[in-house]
Amino acid sequence: MTKSGNIKNILKKNSMLIALLSTMLLFQILISSRGIGSLFAPANISNLISQNAYVVILASGMLLCILTGGNIDLSVGSIVALVGAVAGTLIVNLHMNIFVSIIICLLVGLAIGAWQGFWIAYVRIPPFIVTLAGMLLWRGVALLILNGLTISPFPANYQKYFTSFLPANASSEIVFTVTLIVGILICLVYLVYTFFDRYKKTKKGYTVESLPSVIIRLILICGAALFVFSLLGRHKGIPVVLILLAAIVLFYSYFTSRTVPGRHLYSLGGNEKATKLSGINTNRVLFFAYANMGFLSAVAALVCVARFNSATPSAGDSYELDAIGSCFIGGASAYGGTGTIGGAVIGAIFMGVMNNGMSILGIDSNWQKAVKGTVLLAAVVFDVLSKKRVKAN
Amino acid sequence: MPACYCSTTESNQLEKILLEMQHITKRFPGVVALHDVNLQIVEGEIHAIVGENGAGKSTLMNILSGIYPSGTYEGTIQLEGETCAFHTIKESERQGIIIIHQELALVPYLTIGENMFLGNERGSYFSIDWDETYAKADKQLKIVGLEESSRVQIKDLGIGKQQLVEIAKALAKNVKILILDEPTASLNDSDARKLLDLLFEFKKKGVTSILISHKLNEVSYVADRITVIRDGEVITTLDKQKHTFSENEIIKAMVGRSLTNRFPKRTSNIGPVSFEVKNWTVNHPIYEGRRICENISFNLRKGEVVGISGLMGAGRTELAMSIFGHSYGQFVEGKTFINGKEVVLNTIKSAIDHKIAYVTEDRKGNGLILNNPIIENTTLSHLKAVSRHQVIDTDLEYQEAKRISDTLKTKCSSVRDEVNNLSGGNQQKVLIGKWIFAEPEILLLDEPTRGIDVGAKYEIYCIINQLVAEGKSVLIISSELPEILGICDRIYVMNEGRIVGEMLQEEATQEAIMQCIMQSHKGANLN
Repeated sequence: MTKSGNIKNILKKNSMLIALLSTMLLFQILISSRGIGSLFAPANISNLISQNAYVVILASGMLLCILTGGNIDLSVGSIVALVGAVAGTLIVNLHMNIFVSIIICLLVGLAIGAWQGFWIAYVRIPPFIVTLAGMLLWRGVALLILNGLTISPFPANYQKYFTSFLPANASSEIVFTVTLIVGILICLVYLVYTFFDRYKKTKKGYTVESLPSVIIRLILICGAALFVFSLLGRHKGIPVVLILLAAIVLFYSYFTSRTVPGRHLYSLGGNEKATKLSGINTNRVLFFAYANMGFLSAVAALVCVARFNSATPSAGDSYELDAIGSCFIGGASAYGGTGTIGGAVIGAIFMGVMNNGMSILGIDSNWQKAVKGTVLLAAVVFDVLSKKRVKAN
Repeated sequence: MPACYCSTTESNQLEKILLEMQHITKRFPGVVALHDVNLQIVEGEIHAIVGENGAGKSTLMNILSGIYPSGTYEGTIQLEGETCAFHTIKESERQGIIIIHQELALVPYLTIGENMFLGNERGSYFSIDWDETYAKADKQLKIVGLEESSRVQIKDLGIGKQQLVEIAKALAKNVKILILDEPTASLNDSDARKLLDLLFEFKKKGVTSILISHKLNEVSYVADRITVIRDGEVITTLDKQKHTFSENEIIKAMVGRSLTNRFPKRTSNIGPVSFEVKNWTVNHPIYEGRRICENISFNLRKGEVVGISGLMGAGRTELAMSIFGHSYGQFVEGKTFINGKEVVLNTIKSAIDHKIAYVTEDRKGNGLILNNPIIENTTLSHLKAVSRHQVIDTDLEYQEAKRISDTLKTKCSSVRDEVNNLSGGNQQKVLIGKWIFAEPEILLLDEPTRGIDVGAKYEIYCIINQLVAEGKSVLIISSELPEILGICDRIYVMNEGRIVGEMLQEEATQEAIMQCIMQSHKGANLN
């Protein structure tokens, strides 16, 4: 293949990442030209992460559902409200032990997911209907628990697990140094992993990516990581929730790309009959996707109540749409079988950057919604068209 | 009126050239699909186009029907002496050129009548005339010999009848040239025969047909002229009045080499019984009382290829699938034995664990995940061979998929290719490879050569020979009698859910098999 063809391919493969970067750049130019700060202000980046943590968590779970055949889960917003209400009742009203409460909340989420998964996977009720019913049902239950009222505030020893920063209680120089060192360590681990993997592959005689392109990729990724960490260091340090997000994203992207049950998700979405005839229990795979979604909704709920410092009846409103939108912007197929966690995360950041950028610019929230809707459609149209072109070639 | 291109034949009939495609060249990025192709179709003839998969037959027909719009290819099309430049299918249909694709394009939950006039509705735009629709549809159905009412839904028809509906649909459009792309690919012998005879009927009525087919016996039975295409070029056109069609000669032209034997030789080395089924009875999945397989017993030996012959709907696929982990119907009774020991195969997983593989007849619907690469299709049913503690070793997986694909000589640029982009024959190899990877001892192959060309068939037969040489047992379900006779050591004949005959290769003939089936029909009627 020619060099220009190579570059074209790389651009095509990473079209969403490039769209994200150009959107960021656009907002940066708009914001700084008006002299109202910067998208890349340390406090803003830190804010961006804690603001959008729930989207990343929910999108990871939603991707699994979408992979099984374009199935979505409409109930996640209501589950967030319900689990938030449970957390508020247990922690604030009943003063229960924090860890016991967290475990109970996660179990509630898992149970709700299992309930919906049962109807979807074993009784074969269409997911759209089951989760639409769930959307109403769990919102109703949340309202009943809260009696229409808001529970707040949450104790500080609960909040610290989700909203604090590391290193805690240190001078700003120490915060900056530690944060940067962590960033450098992460880059080193990534570097070593990449070259070790490459070495292993060359030793076994497999084809590997060309060295220059690997190096360019490493420089770009490490550069971005170091940039973000240096910004975080100049604010308050590493948000605890970022560690949670990293753990979730790494776990699920490993799960989907490298494990047997992960592979089953893709094959189920690609061709259910063929998957069944390959001896795979497709009902169990589908059940798992929805049970897991319930669990992750509970995690998102815990993050949200900590961030808002309250459990409200309207919590989680339209979160399902953010999660679904992230997956589709990130290149997941609406028919199932294709999509990656990495893509969903990029989609989530994309949505977050748009929200954040437009808020800084002071754009009216009604307009924000209209713009977001248009961008969602445009992103998917762009993706579909570029895929078509690849096929035609 | 354009000038009439006329010539006088030996039989002194006037032959009018209805359609002429001149110097057609079609390029795709990187390949020339058709190179300077000339094709003449005489009015009222049945013209067969044969060639291996990828030879360019479908491309040529897609140009003719406007799927590849005028301008994307070089050359001219003349219909009745007038130059045509079709940009859409609609335009070619208006001129009476109608193509029926291999994959039927009918909507299952609409009635025959609704399907027949889809996009061509009777009545006005805002008010469909249903009476006229169904009356006209019924008339067309009679012409193609279908007794069903046109108010029957498509989903309630068998595939053979659906094919007839497609043809009736074409007739409703005032067809001049009927193009049939592999019309008999999914039909059994008797339905295929019916369909071919229908073409003779049309010929009498002055309809010209172009038939694309892999099945040479059908082509030589029905065609007036045969054009052989190989690698995008017309190799030869044979005329029934000047040549006697010999299958060997056609094959030679198609593949560029003489296939003196279409079935590779095998020295059978048959061992003890490895798999046995006794009194196998299965009911229809929905209708409780309807027997699909009744009291079936058969056995396979190590190193043996056993065929199951029968008409479509005899229950062969259903039998194989119900044995493979009860994946079809409601199990009533029956026992399975592997190497003399009774085993229970009530889930697909248990069947795979007992080293049984079922290679489906429907490779796109039930077999492959089309938008996945070869690798992931290959390992899906046996992921534990490339994983530890549920974690897949992707390097090992790649290596294994490559090994399988190399052994089967699958044509692909890499095993990372999507299965979508492979030809039918290569897709079939991926499907067989998937099950070879599962290391089975007993293989149930359901129509393993359906819809693939002669060369690929030969390779599949070689793979089967290799499998039995390794001491595995192979059961083949096939609707093509020559194939059954050519590769099986032993043949069971199935009809209406029962085994009605068993014969060794030496004593089996097409006539003997058909006789078995017919006699069992009679027996059933007398009861």
